[in-house]
Amino acid sequence: MDMKDRMKIPRQPMPEQEAKVRARNFDEVPLGYTPEMAKTEALRCIQCKNPACVQGCPVQVDIPGFITLVSEGDFIGAAKKIKETNALPAVCGRVCPQEAQCEQLCVRGKKAEPVAIGRLERFVADFERAAGEVSIPQIPASRGKKVAVVGSGPSGLTVAGDLIQLGYEVTIFEALHKPGGVLVYGIPEFRLPKAIVAAEVDYLSKMGVKIETSNVIGKIATVDELFEEGYDAVYLGTGAGLPTFMNIPGENLNGVYSANEYLTRSNLMKAYKFPEYDTPIVKGKNVAVIGGGNVAMDSARTAMRLGADHVYLVYRRSRAEMPARIEEIHHAEEEGIEFHLLTNPIRYIGNDKGWVVGIECLRMELGEPDDSGRRRPVPIKGSEYVIDIDTAVVAIGAGANPLVQSTTPGLDTNKWNYIIADEATGQTSREGVFAGGDIVTGAATVILAMGAGRNAATAIHQYLMTKK
Amino acid sequence: MSAKILAKEQLSENVFKMVLDAPKIAQKRKAGQFVVIRIHEEGERVPLTIADADAAKGTVTIIFQVVGKSTGQLSDLNAGEELLDLVGPLGKATHIEKVGTVACIGGGVGIAPVYPITQALKNAGNHVISIIGARTKDLIFMEDEMKAVSDEFIVTTDDGTYGFHGFVSQALENKYLMPGTKIDMVVAIGPVPMMRAVCDTTKKYDVKTFVSLNSIMVDATGMCGACRVSVGGKTRFVCVDGPEFDGHQVDFRELMDRQKIYLPEEKDCYDHYCSCKHGKGGR
Ligand SMILES: Cc1cc2nc3c(=O)[nH]c(=O)nc-3n(C[C@H](O)[C@H](O)[C@H](O)COP(=O)(O)OP(=O)(O)OC[C@H]3O[C@@H](n4cnc5c(N)ncnc54)[C@H](O)[C@@H]3O)c2cc1C
Ligand code: SF4
Ligand code: FES
Repeated sequence: MDMKDRMKIPRQPMPEQEAKVRARNFDEVPLGYTPEMAKTEALRCIQCKNPACVQGCPVQVDIPGFITLVSEGDFIGAAKKIKETNALPAVCGRVCPQEAQCEQLCVRGKKAEPVAIGRLERFVADFERAAGEVSIPQIPASRGKKVAVVGSGPSGLTVAGDLIQLGYEVTIFEALHKPGGVLVYGIPEFRLPKAIVAAEVDYLSKMGVKIETSNVIGKIATVDELFEEGYDAVYLGTGAGLPTFMNIPGENLNGVYSANEYLTRSNLMKAYKFPEYDTPIVKGKNVAVIGGGNVAMDSARTAMRLGADHVYLVYRRSRAEMPARIEEIHHAEEEGIEFHLLTNPIRYIGNDKGWVVGIECLRMELGEPDDSGRRRPVPIKGSEYVIDIDTAVVAIGAGANPLVQSTTPGLDTNKWNYIIADEATGQTSREGVFAGGDIVTGAATVILAMGAGRNAATAIHQYLMTKK
Repeated sequence: MSAKILAKEQLSENVFKMVLDAPKIAQKRKAGQFVVIRIHEEGERVPLTIADADAAKGTVTIIFQVVGKSTGQLSDLNAGEELLDLVGPLGKATHIEKVGTVACIGGGVGIAPVYPITQALKNAGNHVISIIGARTKDLIFMEDEMKAVSDEFIVTTDDGTYGFHGFVSQALENKYLMPGTKIDMVVAIGPVPMMRAVCDTTKKYDVKTFVSLNSIMVDATGMCGACRVSVGGKTRFVCVDGPEFDGHQVDFRELMDRQKIYLPEEKDCYDHYCSCKHGKGGR
């Protein structure tokens, strides 16, 4: 096909479950490209000499390279090409903010729409898995050195996968009973099926990574004790798992959740399947979700699926400032989430039994830009109003869980208690201790956590090669 | 991490004791800490205080009351069977030091968690007054164990079927505080109304009182905030900041409300479990 014809092909839409139907089930929303759609979409890529998209990718996937293979129908080859730099394409194809990364820079986006890089990535990873073509690489003989990885989120999984292939003995210690970090406890099934995460974890196990779940480092063993037990290096990928509350009146009323609790109950503990599963969750009819990021969208859409009549998304800035993936904002709107933008909660109202019955909000307007460059919302005097609710989910960000930092002497942290680590290597202030992902950057993205893991794996390898 | 059940014993109508094979936790745990268990794939994460541990044998002991489906199912397991997950030790350890005279108070199933603390306070050289109580005689357990680590010892029952007739808080006040016994510190563990009653009493006499809170938990690592309580007007997480707090600062009313969040669901779940257990229905 010549270039002109290629330019004429429109961006292939993603087949999806219908909004009304999916708003009441937990099945995945996008259904995935067919091989034909994928090949057609792949032809839209004009194979730039200096592909801008690759610069937008935090792990520099060879995007034109894998897309060529897709256009040729070599889907397995395409998956292998991505895996040269990105170990979790089935995850990233689903959750990366492509519109702010590769697809933002794609030249096709200047005149028309960018190539659907994320959808293609997802397609080839799913194709490979479904074909049973995920092969376990040859693992080199052990170098006789042991590495402990604390936390099994995307960052820890990446470090473990890289180091085992370099011949180290790797053990992951995970506090929860299931590995995967936010991928299992935070991001809902309808956006990232847990079977995909389980397959990735299984792949690591098959390569020989030991995974010790239900082990809270800082409690059952400190970092120093891990060294005493014979580990030669430790990687800290403990994430940003500390819930943030607004410290406004009524926040401890029954029915007010942190997003972490709400999503953990639903995702990790499968409360949406209660009573088949034993963990309950409040199935509110009128739910307010506070925040504008991915966590807020996930909470709001979960509330809808649990049977709410109204889900109000209360966000203090305007739509343009919402940090959530654009696709998820669209999905949420299609599913009937009611947005109360430029609105800030000031207190929760309770009844005599200690249950939340209302949330009082204040309308805002955008003022001067703040430190983040976004225009600061300022309250409009006298604009208070009350929304009747029976459940609220606070999704305004996360902080650093202090368990490891407080039990590791000499480990430097910043003023928010995140671990200070070199960006290129993950090296912390302690010899042999590396860190990366959300515990260093604060809540960020899956791909940045993976990128940090990849860099740290290289640095740990170098450290252990030179260490006597 | 799974854990084998080594022994099981029924202490009273609804209270069971289990000894678990958990060498690492046995070595690490300190008085006041707890574990979280999960019994099967669909199960909840259930926090339970470590009632005792033997570092040499590599065992930890849990004591629990059957209050719902999860504890019911736990009580159905027998020696030789395994818990799917066991994680610990969690929470802050009790700060143990010699302060002089201490009163250790356990109400109902709270006798179990107060035991290791009593033992540790005794070992630290304190003069230990123990008061354990329950609704009625049959619900009293660990009497001998508690006696063995106490200098003075009182049992109370609400109905007067055994020992002092009345609540533990009344025994503390009538027998000690009112007559003027100087008590330097009180540790009280049990149902919330009991802990509140003890705190109301000790406040009058200005005696420092610690309580161990049993709030609803999910992860028990400080990640979710399900366990939050107000202490001195500040929100604290029981699983990592506690479980022990200054009882005079705790908002018991809020704690009681929060413990009721899932009552309807728990009841449904438990009724279903009971009817299954008694052959009236199936999953
Ligand atoms: C609801 C939600 C939706 C999101 N959506 C997106 C999205 O669409 N796209 C995107 O790119 N990003 C998204 N993110 C952000 C992304 O998930 C995180 O940036 C990423 O998971 C960070 O990876 P990590 O490996 O650093 O940590 P985590 O994924 O947080 O994993 C850390 C792990 O360490 C464990 N741990 C913590 N402390 C200890 C300890 N002391 N001992 C043992 N284990 C410990 C934790 O239990 C956890 O399993 C979302 C986050 C949330 C919460
Ligand atoms: S920028 Fe767009 S068109 Fe160019 S190589 Fe990347 S995906 Fe293809
Ligand atoms: S139980 Fe989740 S923070 Fe305490």
